[in-house]
Amino acid sequence: MADTAAVHLRSYLQIASLWIRAAWQYPTSFVLLAAGNGLITGLDFVGLWIMFVHLDDLAGFELHEVALLYGSASLALAVADTAIGSVERIGAYIRTGRLDQMMTKPVPLLVQVCADQFTLRRLGRLTQASLVFGWACTFVDWTPLRVLVAVSMLVSGGLVFFGLFVGFSCIQFWTTDSTEFANAFTYGGATVTQYPLTIFPREVLVGLTFVIPVAFVNWYPCLYLLGRSDPAGMPEALQFASPVAGVLTMAAALLVWRSGVRHYTSTGS
Amino acid sequence: MRGGPVLHAAVATRSFRRYSTYRAATLAGIFTNSVFGIIYSYAYLALWKDNPTAGGYDAQDAVTYVWLGQALLMTIALWGGGSTDDLAERVRTGDVAIDLHRPVGLVGWYLASDLGRAAYHLLTRGLGPTVIGYVLFDIALPPSPLTALAFAVSLVLAVVVSFAIRFLVASTAFWLLDQSGVKVMSGAFAIFFSGMMLPLVLFPGWLGALAQALPWASYVQVPADVWLGKHTGGDLVAALGFQVMWAVVLLAACQGALHLATRKVVVQGG
Amino acid sequence: MSVTGSVDPPLIDVRDLERTFDVRRRVEGRRRKARETVLAVHDLSFSVTAGEMVGYIGPNGAGKSTTIKMLTGILVPTGGQVRVAGLDPSRDRVALARRIGVVFGQRTTLWWDLPLRDSFDLLQKMYRIPPERYRANLDRFVDLLDLGGQLDTPVRQLSLGQRMRGDITAALLHDPEVLYLDEPTIGLDVVSKGRLREFLRALNEERSTTLILTTHDLQDIEALCDRVIVIDHGTSVYDGTLAGLHAEGGSSRTLVVDLVDEAPPIAVPGATVRRVDGPRQWLSFPAEASAAPVVAAVAASYDVADLSIQEPAIEDVIRELYSRSG
Repeated sequence: MADTAAVHLRSYLQIASLWIRAAWQYPTSFVLLAAGNGLITGLDFVGLWIMFVHLDDLAGFELHEVALLYGSASLALAVADTAIGSVERIGAYIRTGRLDQMMTKPVPLLVQVCADQFTLRRLGRLTQASLVFGWACTFVDWTPLRVLVAVSMLVSGGLVFFGLFVGFSCIQFWTTDSTEFANAFTYGGATVTQYPLTIFPREVLVGLTFVIPVAFVNWYPCLYLLGRSDPAGMPEALQFASPVAGVLTMAAALLVWRSGVRHYTSTGS
Repeated sequence: MRGGPVLHAAVATRSFRRYSTYRAATLAGIFTNSVFGIIYSYAYLALWKDNPTAGGYDAQDAVTYVWLGQALLMTIALWGGGSTDDLAERVRTGDVAIDLHRPVGLVGWYLASDLGRAAYHLLTRGLGPTVIGYVLFDIALPPSPLTALAFAVSLVLAVVVSFAIRFLVASTAFWLLDQSGVKVMSGAFAIFFSGMMLPLVLFPGWLGALAQALPWASYVQVPADVWLGKHTGGDLVAALGFQVMWAVVLLAACQGALHLATRKVVVQGG
Repeated sequence: MSVTGSVDPPLIDVRDLERTFDVRRRVEGRRRKARETVLAVHDLSFSVTAGEMVGYIGPNGAGKSTTIKMLTGILVPTGGQVRVAGLDPSRDRVALARRIGVVFGQRTTLWWDLPLRDSFDLLQKMYRIPPERYRANLDRFVDLLDLGGQLDTPVRQLSLGQRMRGDITAALLHDPEVLYLDEPTIGLDVVSKGRLREFLRALNEERSTTLILTTHDLQDIEALCDRVIVIDHGTSVYDGTLAGLHAEGGSSRTLVVDLVDEAPPIAVPGATVRRVDGPRQWLSFPAEASAAPVVAAVAASYDVADLSIQEPAIEDVIRELYSRSG
């Protein structure tokens, strides 16, 4: 690539701000949609709260600890979701010929697809997740290292989700029928992060560490933040390894994307 | 219902056939249903391990509930969709004006079509996860043939109630031109109040009372409880009666909405 | 040295281009779909020098859009080579995108909910057009294409003609060397079509923008293109001037003669009577020939009330070429 990442980011922001302005033409609709989005995504947490009406702890984790898990994952997901937007609908872009149009513009395809139909209504989820996470954070015994780990957790979590969604959306380059297959990994991965991973058998936990690395989105770092030893006896080093997982997932996703575009230009639609 | 039963049976069959062409998508869907089934099963097992009688369920009840939910998800089109999407599309393009003048009841037409679709989804994305749940987690089966029959009835009623709500959502297109906003909100409410996210029997206090009275309870909670044998005798009749009540009320609302829409179309010229 | 023998290297150079597709078709008597390899484009070679206006025509499914996709980098050829401005379109897609403009007839590239002006502003940023150049171009095109009143209108409220003009402006703001137009006049009324053609001609004269026009509207071709490439069944069946196309197709012009009285079929050298209807007769003669000798011969031997000349229908020419190759 002749251009740098900073240039791509600027292109992305330029396109995104156009969409924000478009949405702002209808302010009431915009606010309603954002509120609705927050409400809908918040129902997940209501579900967790209801669970705790019947429990003192879930697999040894109290409500505020589960809230930390939920809040951090939800925040990472919200950021990723806001950033990558329409990549999940790439199949529709192929079908309508919009992808071809994007290919005639001098901006990388992935940037255009992610920025397309950028919508700030996802701020609803972001707000709701921040509130839960913020509340949960008040129970944490903070040290400077823990703050660092928390920040790294959120950033890396965003990267992992970004990579997962972009990577699995690429299935649409190869098939239009079986796209729901991807949801098992993207939304399934997001659902899994709501719970303490000890509810799963050890094999599943290993899979969520080394195959679909959602365990790094919140589980391992939160163990450190909560000062808990790993209930499954996994190496303590994993609690600091989120950035590695984030970078690797992103890199894998970009490779899959490149491969998908190559397939598309080699076979036509 | 204007238009005879033969016509409606034909509509249902055609709808069934149309959906049965999506073989790859169906398999992908069963896979995804199963993954979610596994995730929620472990979550519930953890909950019931700590609280073995939560909501009047035991652990096996709870896990069975998970897989029933996954099995019902597409059959009742919990997220929305089904034949009512066709209606919304025809409203958007204006073609619906022709339909409103045809001598066939629109509500009946789309209901027949949706039942055809539901039959296909039941046989594939209903049966599939149920079998997988049985194999992986040894879920409970209906305790008696009467229960199984009652479940079948409850299932059909669930589809009808779901259809009616989806029809109402789609008919907002007459006024809003686009049902997607309302559809997303309706889907979210459905997920929560149907008991799909968490069994309604766990909902505390007034929230629980409210949830059990709303029509969405007909989607998953009522059929699941029938399957689990939680309703017997008079209780069973009451549960099915609850679904019938909502079906009648909501179908009437559909006719009402259509009436209003027809007037609007005539007055405004489509 | 280019194929056409001119001194400038060709801007667009296509050699032995080939593109196959794997298609799964339903075959009678077999349950599963059979795999077939379809040759969409084959043995296609041509070059275009800067400043040419080329019409690229052919029946549906002939391979036109496949060729354009390979020229713009959307599709990779399975054989042969294509170079545009010295670049390999599929390898250097982004670099090439800065130097070309593409207008798709059916779909707009503009942003639906926003005023026209905002779409243009974003394109300025995307293409990194220097502000003075951008302003100058915008003013010029808005003036020529009569878009002044529409700049603040949301794109979705524009008429088809206005949107098309907006799309063309959008494709030209960055001074591309090549402009690809796919069915640009489709759906437009006669007046708008005429104005658009005038604009494109002026553009070519002022800035030497190379124009590749894919269209079914053969009047577009007649109005704009000195050169025509006819593609059928994936390969070129004609590549040359428009006049030559008439000759190649064996087309003929028609002289419509209104005699004072009914008469038996007119007999003059160089013309054949095609039809007689009362006092009116239709004579056809070769398209390359001048009408003057025929007119003189008819006027000398017959009492003529009125005369008119009909030009050959390009559709007939094309049809003749298609039937010959297919």
